[in-house]
This record gives sequence, C-alpha cells and structure tokens, in this order.
Amino acid sequence: MNIHEYQAKQLFEKYGVATPKGFPATTPAEAREAAAKLGTNNLVVKAQIHAGGRGKGTFTNGFKGGVHLTDSPEKAEELAAKMLGQTLVTHQTGPDGRVVNTVLVAESVEIEKEFYFAILMDRAIAGPLIIASTEGGVEIETVAEQTPHKILREPIHPTLGLQAFQARKIAKQLGFTSEQMPKAAKLFLSIYKLFIACDCSMVEVNPLVITKSGDVLALDAKFNFDDNALFRHPDIVAFRDIAEEDPREVEASKSNLNYIGLDGNIACLVNGAGLAMATMDIIKYHGGEPANFLDVGGGATEQQVTEAFKILISDPNVKAILVNIFGGIMRCDIIAQGIINAVKAVSLPVPLVVRLEGTNVDLGKKLLAESGLPIETATGLTEAATLAVAAAKKAA
Amino acid sequence: MSILVDKNTRLLVQGITGSAGAFHAKSCLEYGTNVVAGVTPGKGGQMFEGKIPVFDTAHEARHETGCNATMIFVPAPFAADAILEAADAGIELIVCITEGIPVIDMMRVKPALAGKSCRLIGPNCPGIITPGQCKIGIMPGYIHKPGSIGVISRSGTLTYEAVWQLTSRGYGQSTCIGIGGDPINGTSHLDALKLFNDDPETEGIILIGEIGGSAEEEAAAWAQQNVSKPMAAFIAGATAPPGRRMGHAGAIVSGGKGTAAGKIEALRNAGIAVAESPADMADTLIAKLKGS
Repeated sequence: MNIHEYQAKQLFEKYGVATPKGFPATTPAEAREAAAKLGTNNLVVKAQIHAGGRGKGTFTNGFKGGVHLTDSPEKAEELAAKMLGQTLVTHQTGPDGRVVNTVLVAESVEIEKEFYFAILMDRAIAGPLIIASTEGGVEIETVAEQTPHKILREPIHPTLGLQAFQARKIAKQLGFTSEQMPKAAKLFLSIYKLFIACDCSMVEVNPLVITKSGDVLALDAKFNFDDNALFRHPDIVAFRDIAEEDPREVEASKSNLNYIGLDGNIACLVNGAGLAMATMDIIKYHGGEPANFLDVGGGATEQQVTEAFKILISDPNVKAILVNIFGGIMRCDIIAQGIINAVKAVSLPVPLVVRLEGTNVDLGKKLLAESGLPIETATGLTEAATLAVAAAKKAA
Repeated sequence: MSILVDKNTRLLVQGITGSAGAFHAKSCLEYGTNVVAGVTPGKGGQMFEGKIPVFDTAHEARHETGCNATMIFVPAPFAADAILEAADAGIELIVCITEGIPVIDMMRVKPALAGKSCRLIGPNCPGIITPGQCKIGIMPGYIHKPGSIGVISRSGTLTYEAVWQLTSRGYGQSTCIGIGGDPINGTSHLDALKLFNDDPETEGIILIGEIGGSAEEEAAAWAQQNVSKPMAAFIAGATAPPGRRMGHAGAIVSGGKGTAAGKIEALRNAGIAVAESPADMADTLIAKLKGS
C-alpha cells in the first residue's frame, strides 16, 4: 500500500520527525487558507499523486509542472486551481496520467545539502537495515551502480533497535558537523521509531536535507507497509487512496483474491503463490505473455472463482485464460464446478484452458467434459501452457 | 530414513479447535501421524475426535503427553506468541502453518529462539512430511510415496507439483519440507539442505526457490563445497515485475537483487541442474541421477 506525501507528513509529525510544515488542500480556497496559516512567503504547492516525477510532469490542460514555488496565499490559490481536478502525466503514470484531488501547500526551505536515508526490513539479516548516502535527491539505484562506496549500510539489532551511538555514527559518516550531528541523530532515531511503530517494510527519505539555516529535515518520503500488519493500524488503512490503484486489483482485493495486473494477453488463475508465479513463467517459456498474477488461495469458494473470472475477462488485452489448479485441500471437483458456474455466469469471450491435478481430479475432469462448455482440458503443465499460448496467438 | 520427522514423532496441534486446525489435525491423523495432544487456551479438558486431549497451555501438553513436535494453526495476530510458547515448553520441532504474520513479530521471535534446542519450520508454509510415516501440515498425503528424494521449497502447491512429478515417475521421497514464503523464517534452504546432505538415505535433492532474498544463493554456495548428491532446482518468478510482491511476502525483486536470473546462475555455477520449466523439475533431477 502506498500513501500520499501529505499523509507521510502527518506520520512524520505524529512521530516527531522534523519536516517542513504543510497542509493538504482539496479546493483552491483551502490552499489559500493553508498558505496563510503557514505565515511565510516561502511556499511550495505540490500535486498529490502516488507516482514520481511530478515536478517535470505536465497536466493534460497544458499547465506544466506538478510542483511550484510561490510567495503568497493568493498565488498558492491560483496554482491550486490549475492543478486540482486536473490530470497530471509524469514518466511514471503512463499516458493516462492521474487525477489530482489534493495538493500539499508547504513551507519551502532553502537547501544547503541533500542526503538519502532509508530503513528497510532486510531478510538476509532478519531485521531492519539503514541505507544512507551523501548523494541525496537522485535515484539511489544509480548511486549503488556507479558509486557503490558512497552507500552506507548499518544493520540494526532486531530486538535492541537503533542505538543512539549508531545514529551518531551514521551522522558523522555522512559528513554532518559536530554541531549538526545531534539534530541528524535525533531525526534518524525518530524515523526508526516511526518505522517500527507503523509496521513499515520500508521508509525512504529522499531527500533528507540540511537547510541554509542549519536545520536537518526530512523533505519527502516514500513508505511501504507490511500488509500482514495492517490489521493493527486502522489509521494507516484509512490513508488508502483507491483512485490511485489498478481497478482490477481493487476488485480482486474485495473478494480476497491476490491479483497483480501485468501487460500480457494470457490470463491465469492458479492456487498458491509459488505455482502462480511458475505458471506465469511457463507461459513465457512457451512464447506467451501472462496478463496477470492471480492466486485464489488454498480454500477458494465457488463465488471467489466466479469473481476471479469476472476480473480476468474485464481486461481487454486478454486473449486466452489458463486455469492451473493443484488440488490439495481444494478438491478438483469443487473447482470444476466453480469454473462451470463462472463460465455460465460471465459468458466467456475468449478460449479457456483448464489443467487440474490432485484430489478428485477424475471427477473434476468428468464434470468439465460433461458440461458441454467450450473448455479445453490439459493433463500436464506443459500441455496447458502450449494450448493457452496457441489459443492466444490465434485470437490475437 | 528421513529428516526431522518419522514414526516416532509425537505431535501437538496448537489451535486444534479452530476450523483449519481441526480439519488438518484430522487429515494428519488419517495419514497415520501420531497426534497426541491439542492446545486451545480456555478449552482445556475437551477431547478432540473423542481421543486426543486438549490442553490450555503447551506446557501442560508437553508434560502430560511428551509431545516432541507441534503444528501451529493459531491466527496470525497470535501466532508469534504460540511459537514462543512452544519453544518455552521445550518442544523440539515447531511447524508454523499460519500465514499473514507481521514481519516485525517474526523479527522478534527469531532471535528469541536462538540458543534454544528447538527448530522452527515456517511460518506461512505447507509443513513437512516423511511419506508413509508422519505428515505435519496441509499437503495432500496421497501424492507422496516413500523413497529417497529430498524436496525443499518455499511454496506449497509448487512443492506438490514437484512431488507429484516424482511420484508419477516412480521416484519416492525421503522427506519433503516447505520452509515457507515469508521474509523471516525459521529454517532456511541451507538448513534443510544440510539435513538432507547428512541423511544417508536421501540420494537426490530438489530445491525449489523463488525470487527475492538471497537464501538460494547461500544454499548454492554451500552445496558447491559440501554436497555430492545429485541436485536439481527451479526458481519461480522469472516473469515477475520488480517491486511487486507476488503473494508470498518474500517474493519481491527489489533494487536489482533477488532476481531469478541471478539465482539460476548461482545454482548452475554450483553444479546444480536448473529446470527451465516448472514441468521439468523431476525430469531434471532424474537425468542427473542417471548421469551420475
């Protein structure tokens, strides 16, 4: 789950992470009020969408840039009016862009130097890892590739947590002066506190800055949360912005289906995440392109299978569907019945290949054969994949 | 022979009165697993299936029945507590089936188990089975067959796929172990590989991995130096886009690390045969067995 910049700012404020003041606005009038409340002439108005590259983006109404510096509440209001309700296209949004429903009006700061600072849950050390660099404001992947010595890694003890001495050590290694060090260390410790308290899997502050006036601030941040822990964070769940998500994935999550949209034309419906990935792989191996990842889980109901089919065929790119089920707990006859009912309910527009294996497989195959529906059955993984690839090629 | 579980295993089921716990406790019993006790806090004194005593705590279960392994079906918010309880009770093998445990909970559990004489398998795993002797987990028993191939995997249904390929070609399994799809787990690919390498009756090993992390690379590096048994592998997720989590919390490619291509290269460099297609997992190992 992703959150907006203004929501990240709210989390920062809650956990005492130093950050420039700012308020969200959903109308131009609110933007003006927000700017007035800030009581400064150094202002910035930023379009709130989940994609990056906002500053260099262009609105479909022709207005250039999703991030603007300004110096009065009146001008903030004018800028907000040009952004709100408009569609912003950046290199990360794709040509359709994203509608801007909220802008952030914040105090702009004069930057002396930019840093990169992130905490992520690292599986190799089975605990949090701090990654920091003096090369802030740019893509960290580029830094890692071109100047790996400029990346600093500090593992954190899983039960002791980030220690004060570690925070000081990182500050000095990043080149903060003796005077700046306490501010930087305090910032790192408060970001760590937030990371643990909110069950984050990643907090990436980029840039973290020293201002011309000597403050150390977290300027912009990207958060990833552990989905497994959202049950204990209703406040973070409330940050979810469905308008920013793939509508197919939103539909799937309503039915507790694990769906990820991709760009290919062969839809797959599989039980189990590992087998679902392997099914995508075997489609590719035989020359096709998967349209999605879909794991219906170990105990899918007939209703979930029907919902899954609806989502698969709602994708206009889909030219064939491959169902791959290894029935363990899930009996093949139940799955077969689910498929039959789903196909009858949704009137299938594309060829369907079904491969069943495992518990009650013979009964499942018999049900499919006797249904009289245009379903191709396959006996092995290879046959299933080649049939689906051939069907998609024929239809394309 | 086998690893970790056999006919002497005395199994406790934590969360035995829940719907999933009850269903799978029954299926393990039917397979022939020696299920000796259950635990559900507040339901002590009940009998499961009319013959298996249910206790309030793992300590009572251990004391009364001498259980030496546990299968955990406790819901995710309480599963970390159940793992720690089993360890505190001195139960040697802890198999946690529960999926959806917060990573931070497992981050705290793992160091708490260090130094204790117990092994954790999972969480978010299908379990472990020694065919014909003991099934602890949610895998369909009938697809397995006693034999001499060890199977290690992060995934559930993909493991069944490999096992079924082996069984239908007449190759049985010594033990099959699902280590789970979460980023922080108890037993790693490498831990399981070491156990199979030391088991005299395991003659070949299939290792099934996924994108994300570096556990497969570590196992490959160790195998190169220490394993002379024929090995085959498959890595799922070659087609997964970067930065997206594919069902398993562990299956995510980030920052160019943990890619399928990198893992396949590491495995091949270690002399392990890697199946290109998931349909060829068993055949890849069989070719290796015949060639050696």
